[in-house]
Amino acid sequence: MSDFNISDVALSNAQIAWRAAQDIEDGSYVNLGIGFPEMIAKFQPEGRDVTYHTENGVLGFGKAPLEGEEDWDLINAGKKAITLNPGASFFHHADSFAMVRGGHLDLAVLGAYQIAQNGDLANWRVGSKGVPAVGGAMDLVHGAKRVAVVTDHVTKDGKPKLVEACTFPLTGVACVTRVYTSLAVVDIEDGKFILREKVPGMTLAQLQAVTGATLHVDGDVADLNVPEDL
Amino acid sequence: MDKTISTVAEAIAEIPDGAQVMIGGFGGSGAPIELIHALIDRFRETGSPKNLTVINNNAGNGGIGIAAMIKAGMVAKMICSFPRSSNAEAFNEKYLAGEIELELVPQGTLAERIRAAGAGIPAFYTPSSFGTELAIGKPTEEFDGKMYVRERCLKADFALIKGQMGDTVGNLTYRLAGRNFNPLMAMAATKTIAQVSELVAPGGINPEQVITPGLFVDVVVEVAHPQQEEVLVRTGVVH
Repeated sequence: MSDFNISDVALSNAQIAWRAAQDIEDGSYVNLGIGFPEMIAKFQPEGRDVTYHTENGVLGFGKAPLEGEEDWDLINAGKKAITLNPGASFFHHADSFAMVRGGHLDLAVLGAYQIAQNGDLANWRVGSKGVPAVGGAMDLVHGAKRVAVVTDHVTKDGKPKLVEACTFPLTGVACVTRVYTSLAVVDIEDGKFILREKVPGMTLAQLQAVTGATLHVDGDVADLNVPEDL
Repeated sequence: MDKTISTVAEAIAEIPDGAQVMIGGFGGSGAPIELIHALIDRFRETGSPKNLTVINNNAGNGGIGIAAMIKAGMVAKMICSFPRSSNAEAFNEKYLAGEIELELVPQGTLAERIRAAGAGIPAFYTPSSFGTELAIGKPTEEFDGKMYVRERCLKADFALIKGQMGDTVGNLTYRLAGRNFNPLMAMAATKTIAQVSELVAPGGINPEQVITPGLFVDVVVEVAHPQQEEVLVRTGVVH
């Protein structure tokens, strides 16, 4: 175990996004946070009809336009140019966040600096330095039927991101329901991390050693299998 | 009731020092660039208006629009959700030097505070920010087993907004995702000034297509072929 190297078994961001995409249900309304979570749309399983919401007032947007064909009045919350799918709609910002807080979205997926075992999320600033910016993160964690996180299992310097209690400033309290990491799929239930899947090639003890809070097992732990070539 | 004014300079002429000004748009989408630049031109000529509080989702980008207002030294305070962006040097420099105040508001709370002001609702409860540092000092209350934060409405003296079509009585439509904060700000300001890309006579907009009813709009000025903030930023234009 001493020569065990996480990087040998850890999933790439694309593989994490692929795994998260498998859980997006047919017919659902989904908000993908700016950055890494946006990648999930690329891996939406075929045959599922998913409508994507973006905070600045668009439902039903599609792929990015070709370079040179952008219309900069048609952007997503990350200020990237988008296109519209048939059936898309526009609305103002208060309606957009009514969709969020009012429980009308089926799923919101965000990034994370830390996730605590009770579902607390820290994802908007690391300390008190620099220019703070919160955007829609504090709203998106409330109201969606499921709030999921995609993240590396540990920080770049190897510290656990799944912790007993967040040390970074909170985005929301007890809001996350499922975490997709580079090593595992973990649910949050009754203030506990419940391990659902882990990468093959890693023991439970090895996974626990890089997790900052107890991983509980409730039934089978499946292998976290993803396409190799992502 | 003709609300039109022929130039952007006249449209913004009344905004005084110290005013609280809402500016529509989300990034470059729906941003009333010509109204903002007219305000900057007036400041450069007369030294006024200054000490403004500006309400927008962001805090400007590149060397144009709100970023140029900040750089010119007209803005004392920003109320926004996301001041950090790829080209936000104007705000960053002033903020880190302690020369501009920031009130950071979660985006949905910002929208709802503005909507509430326009709807005559002085305060409301939202789950957003509960348990975070942005809720410090705010009253909280439990409803149906869940905790909420009380937020005050947010009014302004003036709103500068951008519509696509506008008629002379102030009815507005918006282009694509350029709607965003514009209809909310139109409701929440004492005086709402709209630049529109296409000015038409009453009846020129199908009533079924009106997004902002003219009642919320005080001044309409036509700016045909408006500039797009994102295009200006990408081409390095400085105002």
